[in-house]
Amino acid sequence: MLTVSAIAEKLGLRVAVQGDLSEIVSGCYISDLLSDVMAHSNDHELWITLQTHPNIVAVAVIKGISALILTNGRNPEPATVKKAEAEKVTIMISPHSTFELAGLLYPMIKDSLPPQAGPS
Amino acid sequence: MMPESGPVEGSFHLMGGDFTNAGSASSELKAKLVKFGVAQNIVRRAAIAAFEAEMNVIIHAVAGTLHYLITTEALTITVTDMGPGIKDIKLAMQEGYSTAPDWVREMGWGAGMGLPNISKHSDAFKLDTVVGEGTTLEMFFYIKERNADG
Repeated sequence: MLTVSAIAEKLGLRVAVQGDLSEIVSGCYISDLLSDVMAHSNDHELWITLQTHPNIVAVAVIKGISALILTNGRNPEPATVKKAEAEKVTIMISPHSTFELAGLLYPMIKDSLPPQAGPS
Repeated sequence: MMPESGPVEGSFHLMGGDFTNAGSASSELKAKLVKFGVAQNIVRRAAIAAFEAEMNVIIHAVAGTLHYLITTEALTITVTDMGPGIKDIKLAMQEGYSTAPDWVREMGWGAGMGLPNISKHSDAFKLDTVVGEGTTLEMFFYIKERNADG
């Protein structure tokens, strides 16, 4: 099983807020529209976004997201950090663009899943 | 499914414009549903629908309430607000249509997915709205009939 900490380590992500890094990762969803994430993401997925405001934490909690990753080196707003700490939601920062990060993540997640299942 | 003591109900206050606490009511409701032993697929759908309804109040209204009632038959979530009302329900139900201001859209809300998401994730819903007064949205999640599927 792939975990948040394994991904953070392999991809050199900076952990801005540490929740439970032993959470498993079964897929990934990418969107900056919060209602889209609400509709289409699943439990135990990573969520890659450029949004940095506190509502991303609320969406992550409601959806059971394993960890948030902000791309292009974007930092969460101070209020977001505070909320994520309270809710124990992991937020990580990648220097890569969303496209590059998705490309790096895809084989990692795919290889961690049973052969018949692809990343969601 | 239902706590042994009988039907359970409660409510949360919602403040229009309070983006900082957006999602708090829905998160608390989700935790309560889990605690009451409501089936996972209902909790998952109810949390999404409740959050969208909560956001509608925060984005568009002055204030509102989110009320929940759990019986052996169904979970009913009722969100009532003092707000502008919905001028054209058919348009509001259309995915992609939104009256949210630009700054709300920049936050990633206002994509015109709120009511469509509520429709998709609830078993039934009822919308009562009066322009200039407010909106009441009732969302139903059937506990008995829908236990098995997701």
